[in-house]
Amino acid sequence: MPSVFHIVVCGSIVPDPLQTLEPITTPTGPALKNELMLPAVLDPWAWHALFEAANLAKNNPGSKVWLVALGPKAKLQQVMMSVAQKAPFELVVIDGPASGFTESAEVASELAAAITSIAGLDKTKLLLFGGWESASRGAGTTLPMVGERLGITDQFQGVDQISVQPDGSFEVLERIEGGKHQVSTCAGAPALLGWATGNLPEPPNNPQVGMANMRTLMPALQKAKPAKVTNTGLAYASVALPKQRRETRIVKDMPADEIAQEIVAWIRAD
Amino acid sequence: MESILFLACVEADGSLAKAAREALSAAKNLAAGLGGAPLVVGLIGAEVQSAANALAACGAARFLGVAGAEFAPSRYTTDTAAATALAKAAGATIVVAPASSRTNRCLAGAAQRLGGRVDSHATSIAAAADGKISLTRWYYRQRMEGVLTRTARPWVVLLESGCAPAYAGVPGTTTVEAVAVELPALRTTVTGVRAPASDAQTIRPDAKLLFVAGAGWTKKQADGQVHATEAEQLILGFLASAKASLGSTKSLVDLSGEGQAVLKFMSHLNQVGQTGSTPRHPKGLATCCHGEEPHTVGWRFINERRAINLNAACSWAQGKADVLYVADAFDVMRKVNALLSSG
Repeated sequence: MPSVFHIVVCGSIVPDPLQTLEPITTPTGPALKNELMLPAVLDPWAWHALFEAANLAKNNPGSKVWLVALGPKAKLQQVMMSVAQKAPFELVVIDGPASGFTESAEVASELAAAITSIAGLDKTKLLLFGGWESASRGAGTTLPMVGERLGITDQFQGVDQISVQPDGSFEVLERIEGGKHQVSTCAGAPALLGWATGNLPEPPNNPQVGMANMRTLMPALQKAKPAKVTNTGLAYASVALPKQRRETRIVKDMPADEIAQEIVAWIRAD
Repeated sequence: MESILFLACVEADGSLAKAAREALSAAKNLAAGLGGAPLVVGLIGAEVQSAANALAACGAARFLGVAGAEFAPSRYTTDTAAATALAKAAGATIVVAPASSRTNRCLAGAAQRLGGRVDSHATSIAAAADGKISLTRWYYRQRMEGVLTRTARPWVVLLESGCAPAYAGVPGTTTVEAVAVELPALRTTVTGVRAPASDAQTIRPDAKLLFVAGAGWTKKQADGQVHATEAEQLILGFLASAKASLGSTKSLVDLSGEGQAVLKFMSHLNQVGQTGSTPRHPKGLATCCHGEEPHTVGWRFINERRAINLNAACSWAQGKADVLYVADAFDVMRKVNALLSSG
C-alpha cells in the first residue's frame, strides 16, 4: 500500500552558473551588477529536490508536489517556462529578492508562512524538500529554520537517496565527510530533506506536464504576496571579488618525462 | 558584554576533531579580542569528559556537557536539543562551532529555537578595537567574499576547517557541568555509515593533494579512440601512489547519464565547483579540464595549483593556476605513475 505524501519543495532562482558575477553596493545593501538582466535558472540543488519530489509522488499515488519560491516574480515566470515542462507541481510564489545577501531567517519566516497558508496541505503527510544549500547564499540555513517554524524535528541534509517502505517509514542517505553516507531510518512524515545531487537524471521535457502546470502557474504568479525581507540587524562592511590573480607559468614544448619529474618533485616537496 | 560558547560534538573515540580544535582557537581569539569576554566550552556526545580534559588549559570559565547514548549519533533531533540547551545554559551571545556535516545539520535549527541568527561556512570571525565583531564568508559558491556584522544575538557561527590554527594546549583535568536536555520521542534512528570499499575510496579530505579529472579523459585521443579503461588505471594508480583525493568536473560525472564512456569510480560526491564541493588541500593538480569559472570556484581553497591541458589558451592560463603544462595528460600521468611507483 503506497503512502500518500504532501511534498513541498522550497527553491528559487539563481544566476546561470556560466555568468560572470560582480558585486555592487546599493542603498539597501550589496547586490549583483545587472542582477535583473542576468539569465537565471532554478537553484541546482532545489532542482534535484524537485525531481526527487516528482518521482516520489509518482510512485506514491495520491501524493502531491508544491514548489514554494521566493523571488522576483517576473524572473520566476521566465524560469518556470522551462521548469514546468519537467515535473508536475503547483507553484506558490512570494514576490521578493532572491539575492544571496538576504537574511536567511527572514526568508525562512516568509517561506514558512506561505507553506502554512497552502490550502489542503496536511502537515502529518508533509515532506519538506529543498536544496541542502543554495548557489547564492550557500549557507544551508534557511530550510532548517523553515522546518523549525513548521515544527518538523526530523531533518536530514545532503540527502542523496530516500527509500520509502510500505508502512510509510523511510531510509535516508545523507552525505557526510570523506565521501561517505550516513544511513538513517525515520518513522515517516513529517520530515525535512535537504537534497544534494540525489540519484535521478534530469527528466525530459514533457509538454503535457507543462500545459497542466501552466493552468496554475500564471494565477500563482498573479496573486504572489510581497515579501518582507529587510535584513534587520545585518550590515555588510564589504563584498568583493577575490583580488588574487596568479602569475601562471605556461610550460610548452617540455617532454612528458621532464614534466613528470617536475610534478613528482612538486608533489614530494613539503 | 559578549559571552562566547565554543560548541563541538565529540568523536566516537572521545576525542575532538582537528576542525573543532581550530574553532576553539578562533573562539579564544574572539574572546581575547573582546577584552577577555567569558569563554564557555560546550560538548555533545556519548561521553564528553575525555574531550573536556583535553581542553582543560584553554582558559574556559566553564565546561558544559550533554552526554548519553542518545547523543552519540549525528541526528538532528538530539543534536539541536543539546545545542540549544548548552547555549541557554552558557548564556551565550556568540556560539562558535566547527563546520561539519553534523553541526551544519543542526545549528541553524538551534539558532531558530534560540531566537538568534546563524552564519555558516565562515572563514573568520574577529573583534575590532571598538568591540564590533566582523565575520567573513563567501557568496555565490565562493565567487565573492563578504564581510558582515550583526546586532542580533545569539549569533551562531559555523567556522570552516583550515581557517585557524588547531588548539594544542596541555591536557589536564576539569569538571564538566552536566546540562539536562528534554528530548521528544525519537522517530529517527541512525543505522550506520555506508562507505566505499577501502580500495575504492577516492575522497580523502586530509590528503595533501587534490587530483581533478576533467571530461577530456573520456574523449577521443590522438589515435581517434577513447581510452576510458586506461584513464581509470592511470587515475586510480596515481591516487594510490600519491595518496591523493579525487575531484571531478560536473561534466565528467554527468557523462554517465548521457550514455558516454565513463570512469566507473566517479560519482557526484567527487564533483568540485559551482554545484559540487570546495575542498581544502595544500596542492591541486587538474588534468583534462579547462579551468572555467564554474569549475575553478571549487579551487578557491587550494593553495598551490597546477594543471595539465593540451590547450595553452585554456582558462587555467588566465591567472588561475600557478603552472600550466601544455601536454597530453595520458603521457604525463603514465610517467608520473612510473616515477612514483619506483620510489
